[in-house]
Amino acid sequence: MLHVNGVDHLVCVEARRSLADTLRQDCGLTGTHVGCEHGVCGSCTVIVDGVAVRACLMFAVQAQGLPIRTVEGLACGDILHPLQEAFIAHHGLQCGFCTPGFLMLAAAALEQDAWLDDAAILDLVSSNLCRCTGYQTILAAVKAAAIVMREEA
Amino acid sequence: MKPSSFTHHEVGSIDEAVAALARFSAEGGRILAGGQSLVPMMAFRLAQPTHLIDINRIPGLDRPRLEAGELVIPACVRHAGFHQQVIPGPLGDMLATVVRHIAHVPIRNRGTFCGSIAHADPSAEWPVVLVALDGVVVARGVAGTREIPAAAFFQGIMTTALAEHEMLTEIRLPNAAAGQRYGFCEHARRAGDYAQAIALAGWRISEGVIRQARLAIGGVEPTPRRLPAVEALLDGHAPNDALFSEVADAVAHCVTPMEDPQVSASLRRDLLRATTRRALQRACA
Repeated sequence: MLHVNGVDHLVCVEARRSLADTLRQDCGLTGTHVGCEHGVCGSCTVIVDGVAVRACLMFAVQAQGLPIRTVEGLACGDILHPLQEAFIAHHGLQCGFCTPGFLMLAAAALEQDAWLDDAAILDLVSSNLCRCTGYQTILAAVKAAAIVMREEA
Repeated sequence: MKPSSFTHHEVGSIDEAVAALARFSAEGGRILAGGQSLVPMMAFRLAQPTHLIDINRIPGLDRPRLEAGELVIPACVRHAGFHQQVIPGPLGDMLATVVRHIAHVPIRNRGTFCGSIAHADPSAEWPVVLVALDGVVVARGVAGTREIPAAAFFQGIMTTALAEHEMLTEIRLPNAAAGQRYGFCEHARRAGDYAQAIALAGWRISEGVIRQARLAIGGVEPTPRRLPAVEALLDGHAPNDALFSEVADAVAHCVTPMEDPQVSASLRRDLLRATTRRALQRACA
């Protein structure tokens, strides 16, 4: 049983099936993207038990019973998460392939501490790869979202 | 690529893990802790374990503790656990500095200190800390527990003194007294990449001179090691840049660097000279 975005998914998979593949192919949640499949690119980043992890380096069986959050659960109905708003406003995406990973990476970090300084945000954003933006717009988006999230906190 | 098939065994105690390892290690059973090195190797089919003994849900293995003057780090303490000082004082500060060089945040959220030691990648940071401090590796097999000193643990690239039926259950690091100083420096091509040279220096200053100098290197040879002959150049001397340059040259001369397509032996030697000098300077800061 996987608890994803508050919904239970009863799935039966081989032990070797990654959490990323299981979310996409067995739960039908294709927002989590799979890039390198060995932990380098960060496209598959999801939040498990409150922290950002590489879903390609965790087997689905290991996530049984733990709260899992994917990009599909980030918006609240029609209201986008501050990070999603900021990525649009600051052009934090072009092709969008890496975006779900960056969003979940930043969501976990900012929900834990919206007062991250610029150095910590740079360290955070260095975790994932983007082949389009050059990163500066992603940094700007995460910093802008942090300000909004501080006000909401 | 996708990993090859294996049987997943979730265990609830170290005893269960050791029993499962005794049963399955001969046919390719391995411990699965954070999986941040093992799983990528499985994705490339460089590792094809037939049984994975998953220790992530064993209670009580995720918190370090201070015990009889030693920092005890059980098998499932994540790298991210060291972002904040695990104990007040110079050791907690040094570990918090070193952890910032290990891969990236999501990797640090899963990967473990003990896993990094057991994996024994020559370019990893924690093994350098272990040998610099002369820590102890605690290994348990069905026959019992043994303690392996750091200097005898690393035997080659990804090769350690652990027997295949033994589980690394915890690492013990001697706590540092107030006044202990450390300096760490590493060179990698990008933040979070594998290190190409690592240096960790430590000492106390007494009456203006260095005492009990320690200097360990990593990322350069197949295994990390302390350099006692070079440490002797530091002991009894006042810290200054001329001394540090002399010591950095001595370090560069006494190593046999690995080569790879990106880094020649001479470049790695130069990188080590620079990281050593900076580590020594940082131990003064």
